[in-house]
Amino acid sequence: MTRIFAKTKLLESQIDEYLNDTSQVGLLFLEAIKDYLEGRLEEFESRRQQVGELENHADELRRDIKRQLYAETLIPESRGDVLGILENTDEVINAAKVTLTQVSAEHPDIPDELDADFIELTDYGNRAVQELVMGIRAFFRTAAVTDFVHKVSFWEKEADTVAERLRRRIFAMDEELACKIHRGSFVRHIDTVADQAEDVSERLSISAIKRSI
Amino acid sequence: MILFFLSSALFLGWSLGANDAANVFGTAVATRMVRFRTAAIFCGIFVVLGAVISGAGTTDTLGQLGAVNALGGSFMVALAAALAVLWMTKAGLPVSVSQAIVGAILGWNVFTGSQTDLDSLIKIVSTWVVCPLLAAIFAAVFYLAARRIITRWPVHLLELDAMTRTGLIVAGAFGAYALGANNIANVMGVFVPAFAVRSIDIAGLFTVDSVQLLFLVGGLAIAIGVLSYSRRVMMTVGKGLFRLTPVTALVVVMAEAIVLFLFSSQSLESWLLTHGLPTIPLVPVSSSQAVIGAVIGIAVVKGGRGVRYSVLGKVVGGWAATPAIAAVLAFLGLFFLQNVFGLNVARPMPFRLSEAVLERVSAEGLASLSLEELKGKSFENARAFRVALVNETDLDGADMSLVMEFALSDSFVIVPELIDEFEPSLLTVGQTDALRSLEWRSFSHEWQLRERLAEETAEWALLPDDRENHQHNKAVRYRLRHVYDTFRVPSAEQGR
Repeated sequence: MTRIFAKTKLLESQIDEYLNDTSQVGLLFLEAIKDYLEGRLEEFESRRQQVGELENHADELRRDIKRQLYAETLIPESRGDVLGILENTDEVINAAKVTLTQVSAEHPDIPDELDADFIELTDYGNRAVQELVMGIRAFFRTAAVTDFVHKVSFWEKEADTVAERLRRRIFAMDEELACKIHRGSFVRHIDTVADQAEDVSERLSISAIKRSI
Repeated sequence: MILFFLSSALFLGWSLGANDAANVFGTAVATRMVRFRTAAIFCGIFVVLGAVISGAGTTDTLGQLGAVNALGGSFMVALAAALAVLWMTKAGLPVSVSQAIVGAILGWNVFTGSQTDLDSLIKIVSTWVVCPLLAAIFAAVFYLAARRIITRWPVHLLELDAMTRTGLIVAGAFGAYALGANNIANVMGVFVPAFAVRSIDIAGLFTVDSVQLLFLVGGLAIAIGVLSYSRRVMMTVGKGLFRLTPVTALVVVMAEAIVLFLFSSQSLESWLLTHGLPTIPLVPVSSSQAVIGAVIGIAVVKGGRGVRYSVLGKVVGGWAATPAIAAVLAFLGLFFLQNVFGLNVARPMPFRLSEAVLERVSAEGLASLSLEELKGKSFENARAFRVALVNETDLDGADMSLVMEFALSDSFVIVPELIDEFEPSLLTVGQTDALRSLEWRSFSHEWQLRERLAEETAEWALLPDDRENHQHNKAVRYRLRHVYDTFRVPSAEQGR
């Protein structure tokens, strides 16, 4: 009996750790983009590296959680949902990591007048991630995830609005098309983080309905 | 020979294990919360414990319904019930061994012309309605409580999982114990009157009486049924009727366990009696009915959506068909045993209105001229006597039953050696002394022996049937039955 409860506690803490990693990736993503835009390239690279390490750590945790859930046949009814949520959350972390890697490799040239919009876009992505993490934590306890799902969706729409505005501004500039397309691709990449968060939150709301006894 | 006769009971026990017992852990296994092996082991162990430790409670009720009093009869009754159960299982319906055995006993009663005790029959049949209803109410209440608790005190999904798992095993073990206690009478009950009362000493450590030994063997047969064949039924019960979540699976097991316990606990009965509360009849009920009642209870509270009513209809139809099939099979089987194999399926129970009987009847204020006309006549069995009473006298139902009780002929001789063989713990010193004072006396009716014993000591006396005397009378009747069985002189036909 105590064995079951000890294992449960361990697994619980691993899931918490995984969600901490996700939340931290969101925060680091925002700070890294700020660093890049403000020309602190060394700090940017250091944060990018941290995101990479967190992604690896989260991957390991997720694999271990999956193994335990199946090996111990825990939460048989919600197992598929829980794993689906955790795997989709991994996509959020990936989107952040891939975006930062591209920035690091391609060094996009962003004019100062667009900095504020880029930071706003990244901030909304981060907010969506933070609400998502809280929503997932709530899912494990109360299944009352509606408020969080709603907020994720709100920030995703805000991000979309900013992304559109940015793209219009970029393409209205008197620059070479290649440069505009390059900047535009970064807008799309940063926006993906919020999109992925919304995808997970939708799955979360369905799983929460199934979770109710 | 006894072992051969018992084989049909073991067959019945096996099918009870494969079906009824599967219900206990069915929802737990079907929701994948408890592994089949874990469930089967827990179920097997606790069914045996329940049967041996608290199995006696419900046997009396079956005994009253019809005392199958010869091994050949017991064999056929158990076999007919087991076949009916098997048939229903093949049809994919949750089986109720309780109903099969009641049907089979009625078949025996009809075949042998014995009297069916209507009170007991009504008592049993009414539980077929009360049991699922009670399970549904318990399940609905537990479900609402569980939902409230989980909403109010949020528990982590994984902790809830661990708690539900633990709860399922604990409640399931309790349910299996209650099932063993409640349903062992179905399997072995009909053999109880046919077995002599002798205690068996196990390595000088403790003694078991023959009934407990009988129940142990039956419990083991049930356990083997669980281990060998219950998996499929578990899956059907847990998923067929309504989709259950782990928490609702736990609610179902708890509701079922409590209902089975209510219908089989002698200690609960005496507690209710001493506190002046209404008692619950100790009757073998069906775990299928309890489970299905519980599942429906939850479904109703959840709004009634998702119930497969066609499945439910078939199940309820099966409950009605089972006793009928068992009765017919028992009747046909008894006919074969008696007429083809020449086996003795019933001890003859002739009725005779002798001088003594008439005197005793008139002492009860029932003397009537019409009875005088039947004086000295003998009747082969209860049916023949009842027909005569209906045709020749103006007695009403209750009085007729009383006359029949007095007129039942038997033959007892109090052989001193047999007194010595009595289990010391069974009788009090006063009761044993009363028996000794009647050494070598003979009696031709049960009531003569009973009243003679009561004259010797109040410890043998039956008191007016009311709440206060319930336990005393029950104990006295239990001992009297052993006295009758011990000192009965076998008729010539019996030796066949």
